[in-house]
Amino acid sequence: MAKKHEFGLLIDYEYCTGCHTCQVACAQEHGWPAGMGGIRVSEIVQKLPKGKYYLTYLPFPTELCILCKPRTKKGLEPACVKHCMAGCMKYGPVEELAKEMTKKARTVLWVPR
Amino acid sequence: MNNQGSHIVKTTTWSPGPGCHGGCGVLAHIKDGKLVKIEGDPDHPMNQGRLCARALAMTQYVDHPDRLRYPVKRAGKRGEGKWLRITWAEAFDLIEEKMNTIREEHGPESMVFNVGTGRDIYAWICMLAYAYGSPNVMFGLSGQACYGPRLSAVITVQGDFAVFDAAQWFPDRYMDPRYTPPECMIIWGYNIHATCPDNQFGHWIVDLMKKGTKIICIDPRLSWFASRSKHHLRLRPGTDSALVMGFLNVIINQDLHDKKFLERWTNGAHLIREDTGKLLREDDLTDTGSHGNFAAWDAENDRPVIWESADVAYRDSQASPALSGQWEVVLTNGDTVRCHTAWDEFCREVDTYPLDKVEAITGVPAKDIRAAAELYAKSKPASIHWGVAVDMTPALTPLVTGITALWALTGNLDVPGGNVFARFAFDVVSYALPGTTGPIRLKTKELDKPRIGADRFMPLNKFYWRCQTDMTLDQIFTEKPYPIKGMWIQTAGIMQGLGMDPKRWKKALEKLDFVVAVDLFHTPTTQYADVVLPAGTFLEKDSFRSWWVPLQSINKAMTVDECLPDVEINFELAKRFDPEYGYETIYDLYDDILKPSGMTFKELQEKGWAYPPEGSSSCPYRRHEKGLLRPDKKPGFRTQTGLFELYSTLREEWDLEPVPHHEEPPFTPVSRPDLAKDYPLILSTGRRSPAFFHSEHRNIPWLREIDPDPLVEIHPDTAASHGIGNGEWMWIENWMGRARYKAKLTPVVPEWMIMASHGWWFPEKEAAEPSLYGVWESNINQLIPMNHHGKDGQGAPIKHSMCKIYKCSPEEVNHG
Repeated sequence: MAKKHEFGLLIDYEYCTGCHTCQVACAQEHGWPAGMGGIRVSEIVQKLPKGKYYLTYLPFPTELCILCKPRTKKGLEPACVKHCMAGCMKYGPVEELAKEMTKKARTVLWVPR
Repeated sequence: MNNQGSHIVKTTTWSPGPGCHGGCGVLAHIKDGKLVKIEGDPDHPMNQGRLCARALAMTQYVDHPDRLRYPVKRAGKRGEGKWLRITWAEAFDLIEEKMNTIREEHGPESMVFNVGTGRDIYAWICMLAYAYGSPNVMFGLSGQACYGPRLSAVITVQGDFAVFDAAQWFPDRYMDPRYTPPECMIIWGYNIHATCPDNQFGHWIVDLMKKGTKIICIDPRLSWFASRSKHHLRLRPGTDSALVMGFLNVIINQDLHDKKFLERWTNGAHLIREDTGKLLREDDLTDTGSHGNFAAWDAENDRPVIWESADVAYRDSQASPALSGQWEVVLTNGDTVRCHTAWDEFCREVDTYPLDKVEAITGVPAKDIRAAAELYAKSKPASIHWGVAVDMTPALTPLVTGITALWALTGNLDVPGGNVFARFAFDVVSYALPGTTGPIRLKTKELDKPRIGADRFMPLNKFYWRCQTDMTLDQIFTEKPYPIKGMWIQTAGIMQGLGMDPKRWKKALEKLDFVVAVDLFHTPTTQYADVVLPAGTFLEKDSFRSWWVPLQSINKAMTVDECLPDVEINFELAKRFDPEYGYETIYDLYDDILKPSGMTFKELQEKGWAYPPEGSSSCPYRRHEKGLLRPDKKPGFRTQTGLFELYSTLREEWDLEPVPHHEEPPFTPVSRPDLAKDYPLILSTGRRSPAFFHSEHRNIPWLREIDPDPLVEIHPDTAASHGIGNGEWMWIENWMGRARYKAKLTPVVPEWMIMASHGWWFPEKEAAEPSLYGVWESNINQLIPMNHHGKDGQGAPIKHSMCKIYKCSPEEVNHG
């Protein structure tokens, strides 16, 4: 495994509420102007059988995400993870996060650029 | 100091800034007097390091180029947008002179003090109004339809308010051994990803869901909660009260209620006379009897027994009062009357709501209502959290008292994980919510007499220290019984935010002799002021926050040009208007208000936050059993009977229905089939955005980016039948007016309703008339009338009206 892809973000999209905290936390941390940023939240409304729907919010790390390297080097969590209101984001070594995924459905593991 | 040369100030949010009801601990990084970064305080029990988008955008807020940075006075006509810079001394002198003229010529009540949502301003606007001598502090919504009415309604039957329990009373929160998470929670008309209103951190509910709490969601929209709920009850807006009657019907008729609570703690056994339909009182039975005492039927001895309200007990402690039955009672005049119990009366009303009828009213399938009611009643503990939807209907009190009865009759009142009494920490009252009074009050009761509506609407008279908003607007035009000559508007936006029928509010402002606005930015409303004063954000003030638990200090981190915190502006003027004003500095005032805590402001500041100890009235649980609620320390509630009143003694005295029930709101397809022909869609308003708090934050780039346009949610089928595509501009129109919105096609709303966002104006547009920052373009309040408040002066039809929709023409799309 290439060393530079050692870390990732584990998102529990069962609990992401679409509060967009991660977006603004990222913009503040890195000084991004409006319109740019390392993470974006999408809304997905999926039709299910019997006329039901499921509403999901999904944070997605963009081309600008550097996993807050200046923070993580100091032992801090990425700004988005620290401030997430729902506590649904986790930063760590990809292998550890992948193991964690096996215990919780509705999760996604991102390894950004 | 850290290595970048900045230092960190620990403080507490409470608007201005994030705009919400605050309480989150933050770390403000200050460098060379400027905010360079803000973070959630990981040590703070309320937010535990988390922080919302609005608070995280504070660096764009405090230094915003459009911030008001010094006082200005009007240079041209009202609405021309021409201003002249003045000094604070000039501003204070001018205000003092103009307001003194109004007071001398018309009396202090001729000044109205308009306030916005629950911020660190209620105490201080009351301080100013009361020092000036006016009782007319006005919250701008029709029927004051946010929070206060809900509190008044709960206090009417329960003596104290109650909120869902997320262990917010304990510094170690969920870890506290006294705490149990609820097995089930009803989310009633509340959407999370938005905001943290009413002093509740919304994401606490997510914490609970992770601990296994099941959700019942009552909402016409498929909210985030609805999507994750065990039962989603998708009711027709405005029929919540029928639904709660359906819940009560299931719970009582299936015998799922808590009989011990019913017998020991409610007035269910009290007798009602069948001749008058009113409670039997002791003075009905004996000449010397007290009107404040009631009677029950002692089944053991087959005779009436007196309930001594002051003792919170039956006169004969051996009596066994019957909960159900009919008896003949001999009155003091010798007449015999038949009586039945309050519980029978309550059940009789409940029985008029069989589930097929509730289904017909609400549109929610009977089997779903039954399943949800059973889940709630069988889960121990279970709690309920509600949103502003419960206030935004005229018959809010019959609804709210029904929900209150739900948590009481299921034994979930003041138990771990239930709905627990919400008291101010250490009984420190600064923001005097309904039912409370602190040191900030009018000098005499006489001064309160002219308060508009307080003589007519008893909840305002007894609990809620505001004037009635609809009557106040009318009085500005009629000048009866006395003229209104001036308005002080502070961190409130009557034209872009709180005001229904906002063009009428504009006319009202035009009519006044003198208007002061205190704000952080110019808004449509400030354009009608004669003087505009620049307020500071929460980072620019020393203050404290006493709103339930904990008690918290707000610590000044910085200053911005000439901006002053609201409290300091009002304090200076309070001293000018009342030469006997008893405090030298705001810190003297703070120390006085904080006295019940045993701490000075400085001492609180050193701690940051403080939690009341076990055994105090602001620390749960089961306080009615322990004698922690009443001033006389007797077990019981702070109501007239000392009991939880299933049958409200106050409502009976006020000639209002004493038990919960449903009333069809004024503008629905059911109540107005005539209007439904032209306006076939249900219009609901107030769709929340996580980026904004009401009418704020449209000028903050990071936040506006999240929600750039005024959106209306519309079902794809409904949109298609109107030829409207996703993202296209459309008109929403009814008999009141119209507003332009961008269509968001989504199945989260039913086919038969649309949901419009509120609070829209465009800070990027022209300030001067006729634009007024585009406030008339997308202001949904233009479709909602005033003067349809409930029978008790509270509540208004804000979330359920009627409309038609059509696509904007190409010219209307390319608006300026």
